[in-house]
Order: sequence, then structure tokens, then C-alpha cells
Amino acid sequence: MQHIIEQFSQAIREAGDAGSPLRIQGSGSKAFYGRSTQGSVLDVRPYSGIISYEPTELVLTARAGTPLVEIEAALAEKRQMLPFEPPHFGSGATLGGCIAAGLSGPRRAYAGSARDFVLGVRMLDGSGEDLRFGGQVMKNVAGYDISRLMTGSLGTLGLLLEVSMKVLPVPAQELTLRFKLSESEALDKMNQWAARPLSLSATCYHADALTVRLSGAVAAVNSARQKLGGDEVKDADIFWRNVREQQHEFFKAAKTLWRLSLPSTAACITLPGQQLIEWGGAQRWLASDASADTARQAVTKLGGHATLFRSATPVDHPFQPLAVPLLEIHKRLKQRFDPHQIFNPGRMYPEF
Amino acid sequence: MMKKQDLIKQLRKILAADAVLHEQEDLKPFECDGLSAYRELPLVVVLPETEQQVRDILLLCRREHVPVVARGAGTGLSGGALPLADGVLLSLSKFKRILSLDPVARIARVQPGVRNLAISEAAAPHGLYYAPDPSSQIACSIGGNVAENAGGVHCLKYGLTVHNLLKVRAYTMDGELLELGSEALDAAGYDLLALFTGSEGMLGVITEVTVKLLPKPELAQVVMAAFATVAEAGNAVGEIIAAGIIPAGLEMMDRLSIKAAEDFVHAGYPLDAEAILLCESDGTPEEVAEEVAKMQAILSRCGAISLRTSTGEPDRLRMWAGRKAAFPAVGRLSPDYYCMDGTIPRRELTRVLHSIEEFSKEYGLRVANVFHAGDGNLHPLILYDANQPGEFHRAEELGGKILELCVAVGGTITGEHGVGIEKINQMCAQFKETELQRFREVKEAFDPSGLLNPGKVIPTLHRCAEHGRMHVHHGQVPFSELPRF
Repeated sequence: MQHIIEQFSQAIREAGDAGSPLRIQGSGSKAFYGRSTQGSVLDVRPYSGIISYEPTELVLTARAGTPLVEIEAALAEKRQMLPFEPPHFGSGATLGGCIAAGLSGPRRAYAGSARDFVLGVRMLDGSGEDLRFGGQVMKNVAGYDISRLMTGSLGTLGLLLEVSMKVLPVPAQELTLRFKLSESEALDKMNQWAARPLSLSATCYHADALTVRLSGAVAAVNSARQKLGGDEVKDADIFWRNVREQQHEFFKAAKTLWRLSLPSTAACITLPGQQLIEWGGAQRWLASDASADTARQAVTKLGGHATLFRSATPVDHPFQPLAVPLLEIHKRLKQRFDPHQIFNPGRMYPEF
Repeated sequence: MMKKQDLIKQLRKILAADAVLHEQEDLKPFECDGLSAYRELPLVVVLPETEQQVRDILLLCRREHVPVVARGAGTGLSGGALPLADGVLLSLSKFKRILSLDPVARIARVQPGVRNLAISEAAAPHGLYYAPDPSSQIACSIGGNVAENAGGVHCLKYGLTVHNLLKVRAYTMDGELLELGSEALDAAGYDLLALFTGSEGMLGVITEVTVKLLPKPELAQVVMAAFATVAEAGNAVGEIIAAGIIPAGLEMMDRLSIKAAEDFVHAGYPLDAEAILLCESDGTPEEVAEEVAKMQAILSRCGAISLRTSTGEPDRLRMWAGRKAAFPAVGRLSPDYYCMDGTIPRRELTRVLHSIEEFSKEYGLRVANVFHAGDGNLHPLILYDANQPGEFHRAEELGGKILELCVAVGGTITGEHGVGIEKINQMCAQFKETELQRFREVKEAFDPSGLLNPGKVIPTLHRCAEHGRMHVHHGQVPFSELPRF
């Protein structure tokens, strides 16, 4: 496997010398996300495989090209899981793409995000240097937290080679309930319930129905079910998978899809279009033709930010523009990790 | 660089006269943090109370090339808040207001000088609490917790500081306001909030922190298991986790720590054990009953020689009191002790403890071990007497060997206390030069002037080159060669 790293490293050095950008890619399942970039494809998939998995340590380390399905199968065999329930958006989704995109699924508001479970990375920087940050242990505060910085940086700071993740046991019991509620009632309920120890693990509101998943010890799930009422949903696994993978009918019908990240208690959004609310109110998907300015103004006022998650035509700013001091820091970090500006330039923002 | 008197004059334009300390006796309380083996009097101590004042102080120091060290409660254990003789010590102790607490959104917006425990106390009437609970929580400040990414005894289940933060407001050395994170669950761009957490005061000065609050579990119960060998105790921890249980707390103490704690607080620990485990379960009463029964069965099967389960809240607190007081208890056995903070993959525990025992004999110093067993974070306490010539030096060397061993078995030199000035040599054992260079560049990206808490965390090339021979001693900390007033 070392020879693959050397090939990557050489490709990076050559690209740096020639000043020609690289497009880091796994299966391409998240190619729609962010800005489109030019450059020759650097396919990470040859660097694949689980390196170590210690169920009693709750740690798994795998190469970036490893398919997520392979990792999830290995974990399932030991009744463990990736707690942030990552969306795949395609059958070939890789661990590297999952971490580079930094996206999390339905469990995020209750268990934590992709970056919360990243323990360490091995990566190549813009000079082709092989670097390791973080580690394979739960607690590690030696040096700056570059592994979490890499999470969600869309490959603009380096090429991920290996990632160590904290994993957790699969809950002993899961149960999904449904309630007929208005949007504002649902937002209230999701916030009130999250303030009580009720074993929530996912929430989804769409078309006057609030769907709630409970996960945990058998006794805890049963007692929460008694307290909450509602109707039990059959085939709930399929429902949550469709929400996570955006195969739910709401997503299928959405031509332009906004992801609104908001304080969970933010009031109902008044923008035109259809909505699907997740994460206890903190993530609101909006299928809308509203202009970027309108959407961002409305969301900023409520303390959040808006991402144009999917759209038919490319746009210049899928992500909310950054405040000037933050943009300057982003540019300086990019400059130092990738001095020749060859890794996915412009994938996140036009400025870097 | 301007003269001390001129600097004081300029600072007094920003702050009230009593918020600028410069007399030796006023500076004395700030000469060290929780790592008292390292001491240095700062040039000046400033006590701002508004963000505007913080910004103006930073701008002044930036203009005049005066280094700045920020300080919270000063309870840190790695010398991260050690002052610089030619620098300003910026204390956030007047920033101690809880600005807002929203029980529905489950967030609290607080100033950095607010004590960790004060947040949970303010949230308690709403059935909420702030989860990370470092043992120093009655005194340590939330700003310091963010700077060090503090942990605690419950972080296997509830995470570290970084997992419980939403937003930080901070000023760079250039006086720019950074708003990192948001009251939503994420923010646009790179995850600078995560990068900033645990950056030990080197990237910016924190002026406001927004934390998540969690519902307080209805019930908590602790099972104490005694073992005849450390290996059996370590194995039991692995078995509990393999059974799909994530205990709220999972702590191990070795024979010397057990004895010290028992003599000190009379927690009812068995003195005939080589190791004890404290396993806590929390949740609904039904959930706790189910989990406790499972843990008891596993612990018995793994060879526990005795088991005791807390019978009520006072009993549970008494069982924890010994563990929480382990450091001061060990302190009673010896005039001084030196607390280490390595993390190891738990499977290496027996081997690591065995090596520590050998080092202990080699250096002629006793070592007591307390262990956050769930997450592999080991705190060996090295007992020494600073009044015996050479003992501090030996304790430091022994400590260094323990940390290098942690790295060698796949762990890290610091799990939750930070690098500060203390473990700067061991950074060279964990990271190679190209990695250290990336750290220096991260610092430059936030602080191009390099004036904010310089000399901490990241070793200079020179220091790594001398690694193994170099002994950093009091008074010879970095920049002693720089001009002074």
C-alpha cells in the first residue's frame, strides 16, 4: 500500500511543479456538493481497506478509499456503528469522501457530527508530505486539532489517506413514532422533548407529520414511548434511510434544494416552497426558487446560514459567504497547507 | 519595544488604574498556573471587563510588539498560562457573567471567566447541566476549558469540551473579532471552532462561549469492583464495552492511589485490591437497573474479588469522592507530586503500568496511577520532594519517559491537560518536523505576529534538535534571551 501513497505524493509534487490543479475524488457520490472545480482527477479509491478495528477500544481506522458500506458491514458484525449516520448519496461512497464532505445524517443532533467522531487522520499536504494528526485514542489534545479541521474542508487542504473514527454500540432497541402536528407545534415539541431524557435519536417533520426515533436500552425506549404516545411506524428503517439518502419523496421532487442550518428554536421559515425539518429544528431542507439573497437574509436574521445543497445550474456561492476576518484565515490556512493551490481549488469558495 | 512605564501609561488609558497591576506583590499571584513548578513574574497584569478593552489591549500590544498571555482561573496543569517576563498577562477573571440561558434551546451564553460548575448550577432548575466535568470544575473557568479542550470523568459517554460547544467569540492579536461556530449546529467554511478548541490561548483571546446543555439524567448509580490484578481490571473494562455498554463513568485506581484516597476521604475502598474500577450508569431508573445488572454480571465473570453498588445519592457521591480527591490524597503521601496525562489504547494498559513500575524503581520515585479507563487516559502521579536536590529533575525525566512510552504504544502525550510549556519536548516524540511546521503555520494563520502566548505547545526546531538532552528548568523557559525592560 505504501507504493500507492508514493504515487499520490508524486502526482501532487508534479501537479505543484506544473501549477496544474487536482480534483480529489472517490466514487464521485458527492460531486454535486459545493462548487465545481477543474483539474485532473486524483482517484483515491485504490488506497482502500480497513487497517484496524478494535471493538473493545471503540476505534476503527481505515484508508480513505474504503467504501462506507464495507466499514458499516464490519461494524455491524460487532453490533457497532458510525454514530453520525453518514449519508452515502451513492453506492460507492468512500470514507474519505464522507469525512471531506463532513456531512451527517439523522442522528446528528442527538449523537454528534462527523467531526465529533474523527480521532485522527493521515494525509498528504500540498507538497506531498505524509503527515499524521490526532491519533487512535479518544482523548488527544497534543497540538492543534487538524483532523477536525480536515473534516468538511472538501479536500481543499490536503489529501486524506487514513481516518481513525470513534464508533459506538448499536442501540439495543429502536422505535419510531409519528404525530400529527402543525409546524410550530412540531418545533415546540422537538425542543421540549430534547430537554428531557427521552432517548431521542432522530426527528423529521414534513407534511404535517412529526416522525421521532427513540434509541437506547430496552427499558429506556419503552418508558419514553409511554411518555410520548403517538403511533408506531412500521418499516421505520426504510423511512430513515430515505431521509438520510435524500430518497424521500420530498427530496425527489426538489429541483433546487437549500439546506438551512438554524438554531433549533428558530421560528417557522416564511420563505416560499416545501420544507422537511430534521435535527430537532436545527436542519431545515427547503425546496424553493427563492433567490440566494432572500434565503440568506432570512436565515442570517435567525442566527443561521444557508447552503445551496443541490441546484440544476452551478452557482458562485453555494455556501454562505464568510465574514472578512474568517475569510482571511481560510485563505492563509489554504496557502500554508497547499502552497501551490492544487487541491480542489475553488471547491468551497471562489477565493481559495 | 516600549519601556515598562510607558506601557503602563498606555494601558491606563484603556483601563481603570486598579485594573493594571505592576507592583511585584500584585504580580505574584499570577506567576504560575496549576503547574507551579514553573514560575515567572509577568511585566504587567491587566484585568479588562469589556470586549472593547480586550481589543484595545491587544491592539496596543500588537503595535508595541509586547507578547500577551491570556489566563482564566489559572488551574491548568501544563503551564499554558505561564506568564512571560517581558509580556502582558491578560486575565479574564472579570468576565464572569452568565449572559443568557435558554432552557428551551438548551444553550447558555457565558463569559469566559464563568466557572465550569456555575453553568451547571444555573441550568439545574431547568433539569439541565453542562456535561464536561473536569475534576477542578469548582474552580476552573469555561474559557480555560475551551483553550485546553478539557475532559472529565464522564467524557466517554458525553464527550470533551469540543463536543459540547456551539460558538466562541474571540479576538485575534490583530484585534479582529472572530465568531466561530453558531447557535445552529454548524457554521459555513472550515471547522475553525474545532481547530480553536484546545489551541491553548495561542490563536485568539476568548471573550464569550456558547455551550450546549443536556437533560440531567434522572438517576445515576455506581458499581465498585475490586480486582487482585490490574490485568483483570483492564480486561473487565474491555468486556463491558464489548457488551455494548457505554458507562457514564469508568475509572480505575491502582493500589497506591486506593490507599491514599481511602486514608484521606474514607470512601470505603477495599485496601486489599491491586485495582478498583468505578463504573457509573445513568439514565432512567429502568435503564440504570438494566445496565447495572449487566455490569455486575460482567465484573463478576471477569474475576472481581468484591463488588459494591451505591445505595443512594450520598453513597454514590462518597464512592466518587475518593476518585475525585485522588490528586490531593496522593499529595498527602509526599511533599510534591507531578501529574502526567498520557493516553494509551486500553489494550496496552498492563504493559504500560508494568513499564511505569520499572521506571519507578529505576528513578527511585513512587508512582500512583489513576486512569480514565473508558477512554484510555492515564494519570500517573509521580511522588517527589522538591527540597531534595535533583528530585524534581528526576521526576521530570521519569514523566518524560512515561509520555514517550504512551506515544510508542500508539497513544498521545496529553489527553486533556494540554502541552503548554510542560510537554513541549515530548511533542518531538509524537510529531515529526513537517507536522510541527504545520502547527506553526496554523498559528501564523491566526496570529501572524506570533505575539499571542508564544513559546507554548509547539517546539522550535532548535528545541527538537536538542531533544533528549535538554532540560527546561524554571527561569530558563523560552525567550529568556529576548530583551527585557
